[in-house]
Amino acid sequence: MNRYWELLKRELRLALRQGSDSMMVVGFFVLAVILFPFGIGPEPSILARVAPGLVWVNALLAAMLSLDRLYQADYEDGSLELLILTPAPLELLVAAKVTAHWLTTGLPLMAAAPLLAIFLNLNAYDLGVLLLTLAVGTPALSLIGSVGAALVLGARRGGVLISLLVLPLFIPVLIFAVGCVDAAQHAFPWTGQLAILGAILLGAVPLGLYASAAALRQAAE
Amino acid sequence: MSEFIAENLTCVRGGRAVFARLSFQLDFGQALFLLGPNGSGKSSLLRLLAGLLRPTAGRLVWDGQDIAEDMESHGARLHYVGHHDAVKPVLTVAETLHFWARLHGHDSESRVGQALDAFNIARLAEVPGRLLSAGQKRRVNLARLIAAPAPLWLLDEPSVALDKASVKALEAAMAAHRAQGGMVIVSTHADIDLPDAAILHLDDFAPPNQEAA
Repeated sequence: MNRYWELLKRELRLALRQGSDSMMVVGFFVLAVILFPFGIGPEPSILARVAPGLVWVNALLAAMLSLDRLYQADYEDGSLELLILTPAPLELLVAAKVTAHWLTTGLPLMAAAPLLAIFLNLNAYDLGVLLLTLAVGTPALSLIGSVGAALVLGARRGGVLISLLVLPLFIPVLIFAVGCVDAAQHAFPWTGQLAILGAILLGAVPLGLYASAAALRQAAE
Repeated sequence: MSEFIAENLTCVRGGRAVFARLSFQLDFGQALFLLGPNGSGKSSLLRLLAGLLRPTAGRLVWDGQDIAEDMESHGARLHYVGHHDAVKPVLTVAETLHFWARLHGHDSESRVGQALDAFNIARLAEVPGRLLSAGQKRRVNLARLIAAPAPLWLLDEPSVALDKASVKALEAAMAAHRAQGGMVIVSTHADIDLPDAAILHLDDFAPPNQEAA
């Protein structure tokens, strides 16, 4: 477990010192969402109607953007080989990388969401539900995305390939997250959708960790 | 009984056999030179010994135990120095060494200090990786060997980019390591002085059908 914290600390330190990556992801997220009121017109009721979908689709794309660097830098500079040789389960180290990815992208996306709620005429209650779905859904995005990022190591144009691999896998998260906020907007019960989102997250934990570790071992061969 | 044995190793990369039926035996305190022309499989053999590659046939035995049974403890007993130096541009030399030492399960200020001194990089301790030259990065990578103790050192052309003084420092580090019963397996094209090291010519294990194929 010590090694988990060590790697997490190192990843956060790297992110903090390189800085720009995480800010760019949030910047992309905010700008992309802000484009929509210009594109579909400022009618408040329409904006509120499409808000959950807009926020979530853009959150997916923003998370996507940051994925190709998740293992690429370690792969190129030889750190990955040393991580694989570390006397600890590789799954644990993958967990640290994924946690760091979520803390530097998922969490900032959540922090930016209230600002977007204002642009999109989302009321406070619906925003609360949207934040809940983001809190449960974005860790699943990091976990699923990690598998894609590990699989494309060594491929040319890995960034594009990741989108093709991972975006279809994000669809269930999208469906239940947007369904959840939609239900809340129409005053229907929404905890069921949130529970399914939680189940997806729980399933993604073992699958994401084991599949990523296996793909990383493959990449280092 | 405590020794590192390779039995009939065969390595196939991309459908092509690199070497076949390669065997050797190494006791504590011994060193082994891997020699051979480019492409003869020195790097593949070292990656195989580290456990990064799985042998197509044959096995590796440490102290009577097949290493494939417990890769994690194999990781704990070795240091692998490959072609890349694993130095992050934004981390300082001291941070890099501490990180790898902790990940290896050791963290002592004094050992990291020793490692910095051994490769003469103590004055670079607070310098971030992006400002280091190729030779300095290589020295940081080699300093990992000392920052966390491990009995088996696998060095893939460690003298690349090193100046003469640093090669001497590496030779001294290897001699001290062997004096404490450590093993060193090193591939090189340059002259590295390793007293009474065994020599393994990779050409001797080239698969017989290589020319025909």
